Amino acid sequence: MSSVLYDAQGPRAKRRNVVFTAVFLVAFAALLWWVFSTLNDKGQLEWALWKPFFTGTEAWSTYIWPGLQNTLKAAALAVVIALPLGAALGIARLSDHRWVRVPAAVVVEFFRSIPVLVLMIFGLALFAEYTNVGPDDRPLYAVVTGLVLYNASVLAEIVRSGILALPKGQAEGAMAIGLRKGQVMRLILLPQAVTAMLPAIVSQLVVILKDTALGGAILTFPELLASANTMSGYYGANVIASYTVVAVIYIALNFALTSFASWLERRLRRAKKSTGAVLSADDVETADAGNVGKV
Amino acid sequence: MFDFLQDYDLAGAIWTTVQLAVLSAVGSLIWGTLLAAMRVGPVPLMRGFGNAYVNIVRNIPLTVIILFASLGLNQTLGITLGGGGDFETINFRLAVLGLILYTSSFVCEALRSGINTVPVGQAEAARALGLSFGQVLRLVVLPQAFRSSVVPLANVLIALIKNTTVAAAIGVAETALLMKEMIENEAQLLLISAVIALVFVVLTLPTGLILGWVGKKVAVKR
Repeated sequence: MSSVLYDAQGPRAKRRNVVFTAVFLVAFAALLWWVFSTLNDKGQLEWALWKPFFTGTEAWSTYIWPGLQNTLKAAALAVVIALPLGAALGIARLSDHRWVRVPAAVVVEFFRSIPVLVLMIFGLALFAEYTNVGPDDRPLYAVVTGLVLYNASVLAEIVRSGILALPKGQAEGAMAIGLRKGQVMRLILLPQAVTAMLPAIVSQLVVILKDTALGGAILTFPELLASANTMSGYYGANVIASYTVVAVIYIALNFALTSFASWLERRLRRAKKSTGAVLSADDVETADAGNVGKV
Repeated sequence: MFDFLQDYDLAGAIWTTVQLAVLSAVGSLIWGTLLAAMRVGPVPLMRGFGNAYVNIVRNIPLTVIILFASLGLNQTLGITLGGGGDFETINFRLAVLGLILYTSSFVCEALRSGINTVPVGQAEAARALGLSFGQVLRLVVLPQAFRSSVVPLANVLIALIKNTTVAAAIGVAETALLMKEMIENEAQLLLISAVIALVFVVLTLPTGLILGWVGKKVAVKR
């Protein structure tokens, strides 16, 4: 679409482009200069502050890697638990029985409208008060609980839209050859829907990975972001350097996941095998607000 | 049963949450629209900047951005955003800044998906009439794009309302921080959580319902 918004450019448009580029470049350079000079004034560009990350492996092995491990552990646990739960809720929302459909819808809409952080804080207090999980393990449990409750309900919506995106003929054909309801879902609809949902699920992984950082900031969960804080304390207040390194790690991880998702989407769209529409993350988000409260 | 609520400023915390959400929503709508215009525009450098901005900011956790705003921008570089020496004001403004920077990348994506729903023929016809890029965007494409972006933008707004809780990480006295405080001081875990959950359900569900309805109402029928 974007390429049809303007014509092939003639001499005047080209000249105007050059002017815009120059103005933008100047503004951008001014911004960069301001950042650079502020950093320089406060002595944040001194090599001593950045050295731990570029020479030696101590910073990586003592702080960053253990933190990253915890981040990945929490995210992986959350995905593994949330996926089946989300699938069950999503299918329950499509049930023919009102008494299954309505409670599932209520659960999904409830947990989708509450911030993950609130769920995590609740989880932390819950484990402290009602279980004998040790204080060292509680933050991990709380983070995973919060992530599972929220993401299971999001994944439920993804599963539901994936199944609804299949052509009606699939279910009708399956029923016409005498399959029962469970068989239609298990043998016909789900296998096709799962492939269509893959890109959306991978995109949801990015959300989960990003949300683990909440645990580090507020629940004292020792993940990547928390490791940046301890690190900057140890290396003489190199907040800017530590945060830059941590942010780059997050960006690299998430960018890889996002690219994988869009690669999957393109590949699936090209493949002629599946009959349903391929669900990208955008599709699911777009489907949301319109469907809120629909039971 | 609800006696303990009298000792806490629940209304004030909710008001802070609402303020955070509204200010960030307005700011990110403006900055996100500019980003979207850059990303579909004819100037390659601006297009590159828009792409890079969205892809980088989208992939950083909001928590990192907001903590960096406080620890990095404020405490290390001494940026106060005109808040003087008042930490509450400074942290509030830093939280709004972080939320705007983060949310605008999602606003940009929502608008771009809206622009993509406008049929190619609309822009082609506008160009055939001799309209310039600015006119095509302003008179033909964006009015239609905004109408079909209402629903995706509503989702961004809902996510933003929920994301305001991240401001608790830098001590902005909003609802999630109050919840943490109440849980630590009172032995009413389930009741407190229910109240806070209700607050967010009341803030987000009607937003989704109303804007979803508006979105259907204004959508261009094709």
